[in-house]
Amino acid sequence: MTRVVDISNLDVTFATDGGGVAAVDGVSFTVDSGEVLAIVGESGSGKSVTAKSIIGLLPETATTTGAILLNGREVVGLTGEKLRSIRGTDAAMVFQEPSLALNPVFTVGWQIMEGLRAHKGVSKKEARAKAIDMLARVGIPDPEKRIDYYPHQFSGGQKQRVVIAMALVLEPELIIADEPTTALDVTVQAEILDLLRRCRDEFGAAIILITHNMGIVADLADRVAVMFEGKLVEEAPVAKLFASPEHPYTQKLLAAVPRIGTGGARAKARVDARVAAGTVNTDAPVVVAQDLVIEYPGRLGRGGFRAVDGVSFTISPGEVLGLVGESGSGKTTIGRAIGGLTKITGGSLQVLGHEMLGIKERAFKPVRSDIGFVFQDPASSFNPLLTIAECVAEPLIVHGKARDARSARPRVNELLEAVQLPRTFGDRFPHELSGGQRQRASLARSLALEPSLLIADEPTSALDVSVQARVLELFSELQKEFGFAALFISHDLAVVDMLSDRIAVLFHGRLVEEGTGSDVLGAPQHPYTQRLLASLPVPDPAEQALRREQLHALKAAE
Amino acid sequence: MSTTTETAEPRRRVTLWQRLPVVHQLRQSVGLQRGMLIAGLIITGIFLLTAIFAPLIAPYGFSQLRDADGVSFGAQVPPGGAHLLGTTVGGYDVLSRVIWGSQTALGVIVVAVVLSIFAGVILGLISGYIGGWLDRVLVVIADAVFAFPTLLLAIVAAIAISGGQSSLFGGILAAAISITVVYIPQYFRVIRAETVRIKSEAYVESAKVVGSSTGRIMFRHVLRNATRTLPLLFTLNSSEAILTLAGLGFLGFGIQPTAAAEWGYDLNRSISDVTSGIWWTSVFPGLAIVLVVLGITLVGESLNDLADPRLRTRRKASAVPAPTAETSAVLEGTDPNS
Repeated sequence: MTRVVDISNLDVTFATDGGGVAAVDGVSFTVDSGEVLAIVGESGSGKSVTAKSIIGLLPETATTTGAILLNGREVVGLTGEKLRSIRGTDAAMVFQEPSLALNPVFTVGWQIMEGLRAHKGVSKKEARAKAIDMLARVGIPDPEKRIDYYPHQFSGGQKQRVVIAMALVLEPELIIADEPTTALDVTVQAEILDLLRRCRDEFGAAIILITHNMGIVADLADRVAVMFEGKLVEEAPVAKLFASPEHPYTQKLLAAVPRIGTGGARAKARVDARVAAGTVNTDAPVVVAQDLVIEYPGRLGRGGFRAVDGVSFTISPGEVLGLVGESGSGKTTIGRAIGGLTKITGGSLQVLGHEMLGIKERAFKPVRSDIGFVFQDPASSFNPLLTIAECVAEPLIVHGKARDARSARPRVNELLEAVQLPRTFGDRFPHELSGGQRQRASLARSLALEPSLLIADEPTSALDVSVQARVLELFSELQKEFGFAALFISHDLAVVDMLSDRIAVLFHGRLVEEGTGSDVLGAPQHPYTQRLLASLPVPDPAEQALRREQLHALKAAE
Repeated sequence: MSTTTETAEPRRRVTLWQRLPVVHQLRQSVGLQRGMLIAGLIITGIFLLTAIFAPLIAPYGFSQLRDADGVSFGAQVPPGGAHLLGTTVGGYDVLSRVIWGSQTALGVIVVAVVLSIFAGVILGLISGYIGGWLDRVLVVIADAVFAFPTLLLAIVAAIAISGGQSSLFGGILAAAISITVVYIPQYFRVIRAETVRIKSEAYVESAKVVGSSTGRIMFRHVLRNATRTLPLLFTLNSSEAILTLAGLGFLGFGIQPTAAAEWGYDLNRSISDVTSGIWWTSVFPGLAIVLVVLGITLVGESLNDLADPRLRTRRKASAVPAPTAETSAVLEGTDPNS
C-alpha cells in the first residue's frame, strides 16, 4: 500500500461575472494504491472540481491554493511540460460521456496509442501490440480486428471500455473516473463497474470515483467522502457510512435514495382507495394502444427505423402507468405520440377517445387542454425570456381561460402554491430557479387546465437525489389531489416503482412485460426484466455484493 | 438554491438602463476588451454627433463653391486660412464635405440595416420554422446572392434602382437598397439557423403540447430568443455598409456632389491630385472612412467577445474566501413560505 494522492486544505475559487465563487473549500483526503475512494455529492458540491484539480484540468478562471501530492510530487502550480508529464503516466481520467471523449475521425487503436507515443517513445509495432493487449483486457472481443474500428462502430458501453483502456495503457497509479456510468444504461453500467473493479484488483490502481449514485458507491467503493457545498462533510469506510452515517447531510442523502419494493404498499393503498370510491374500471380508459407502430422515416432508399413495434396497453382514468426501458427502447416516443408530438404510423392509439392515426392538428387541439406534459430537462422547458408566471399562464391564455398573463395571475398563484412554490416566484425568470424548482413550476404549468391525463417524460432524471425525492413526493400528492391518469416514463425502476400502479417494460420497441409493481419487480418473468432488475445497484454494500453474485449467475445461465 | 433566496429578502433588480445591450456589456468588460469597447464607442459616438450636428459644425454647405460675399473658393487651395483642410479640385471645402459626408453615411447605414434586418429576420423565421420546400427555395436564393461579389451586386442594384445618378434622398435610398440586397441573406441565415435550433427546444415543444397556434409560437417563443446575435451582426454590417457605399461612390454609382457629400465620390475626384502632391483632398475623406469603420468594428468585435463566455476575460478571483457556491441541496425541498 503506497500513498498515491494526498490532498490537504485544497481551495478552488472561480472568477465569474458576479465575482469569485469558492467551489472547493478546505478539502483534505488521501487515496492509497489498490483502493477505490468514492466522492459523493450533488451537482455543484465541488466533487468534479476536486478531482480535476489533481491533474490540473481546471479552466483558466480557477485559482487553486493548498497542496496536492501525487506520488509525492506537488501538483498545484505545475504548468506546461511538467504538468503534461504527470498526465497519463501518474494519473489518468475516465470521462462521463464516452462518445464525446473519443475523437470520431481516428480509430480507437490510434487514440490508445496516442498516450504511448506521447510519453514512452515506443515503436509503432510495440504500441500496437500494447493497444491490442489493452483492448483484450478491458473485454473488447476480437481486439486484433477491432483496433482499426472507429468510435461510432462501438456501442456506448464498449466506447466506455475503450476510454478505460486509454486511461490504463500507461499504467497510471491513479484513475479518476468522473461519473463513468451516468450516460450508460443500467445493464451496461453493471459491466463497466465490474471492469473498474478489475482495474483495481489486477492493475493495483487507485481509483477516485465521482458519482451521485449511492448504489454505485455501495457496489464499488472502499471508502466514501461526502461533499456538500464545497466542503468535505464526512469520510468513512463504505460499510460504516451506509450503516451509521454521522453527518445530517449524509443521513438525508441516504434517506432520499429511492429503493425498490417501497412502492407496492402505496400502489395498493391507492387502488383500495379507488375501489372504495367505486371509480375503478367504470369509465372508458383514457389511453388505448393496440399494436401501436411508430416508424421514423429513413434516408432515401433505406427503410425507416421502427422505434415502437406492436405495443398494446391501456391507461384507465386516475391510474399511473410506469413505462420503463433503456435508451432507445421507444418509451419517449410513445409519450410523444400520446401528446401529439410524433405521428404514429400503424396500429391504433386512442387518446381521450380520439384516434391518433392520421389525426389533423385542428381536430386534436381541443383535446390538448386535457393533456399535461412534463419534460425531462428543466433547463430548457421554459422560455428563458418569460417569467415563470407568464409561462404557467400560457396554457390558460391559449385555451381562452384568461385574456393575458395579468388576468391569469390569481390562478397561477394557486397553481404555484399547489406545487409548493412561493407565489413571488412567479415574477422570477426561469434561470433564477434551481432545477427542482423549475421542474415543480413545470408541473404547475402542465396542471393549469386540470388535465385528465399527464405525461411525465423522465421528469426527475436531471435532478439530484434529494431533489428528486421531493419532486416525486409532490407528484404523488398532486396525483391524489387532482386524480389525473398519468404515463410516467423513466429509466429508473426504483423511481417508477415509487409512483406507479402498473409497470410496463419496453425493450427494443416491444413491450416485454406488464403488470402491477409487485408482479413485475417481485417476480419478473421475462429474462430482460430479470437482468434489468439485477443490474440495478442498491444502496447497501452487503446486499449489493449478494445481488452482484446473482447477476453473474443470471448471465452465466444465459 | 439555499433557503436564503427563497425568503422575502429583497432581490437585487437590474435596472432597465443596465440591461440595455451595449451598456450591459460595458459594465461586464475588463482590461483590454474594455479598452477596445470604449475606444470603439468613442469613435462611433463622435461619428454620430458629427452626422447629427453637421449643419451646425460645417463651415460651408456641401455643394457651396463661393463664400457669403460671392467670392469663389478656388480649386485645390492648400489647408489653412478660411479653408482648414483646403479645397478640392472641384472647388468644394474639404472639411465641410467630410462633415456632411458623415450624414450621408449614417443615413445609408440606418436605411440599409433597418431594411435588411426586417426582411432578413422575417424570412429567416418563416423559413426556419415552417421548413419544407419554402425553406429550400429561400436557402437556395440566399446562397445564390452570397455567391455574387457584393460590390458587383450593389452596382447592379444601384443602376436598376436609380439609373446610376439621382438626388439626395433617391441616392441614399438607392445606395441603401443595393446594400440591403446584399445583407438580407446574412440576417436570413443567422435567424434561420437560430430558429432551427430553438424549434427543437423543450419550451417550443411544450408550447405545442399546450396547443398554441403556429403564429404564437413563432413570434412569442422563437423570435425573441433568436434575435440575441442581432446587435453584433448589426454593428459588423454597418461598417461593411460604409465600405460598400464608399466603393459605389468611388466607382461613380453614388450620389452627385450637388445632391450630397459622399466620401467615396471625393476620393474618386482626388485620384489625379495624389500624383501632383495635393494630399489633402484624398487623405481626409479616406481617414473618415477608416476611422468610422474602425470604430464600429471595434464595438462589434468587443460585443462578439463579450457575448461568448469562453472569450470573455474576467477579473481574477481574489485569494480571500469568496462566498461558497449556492448548490441545490437537501434544503431545496424545505419551503419556508408554503
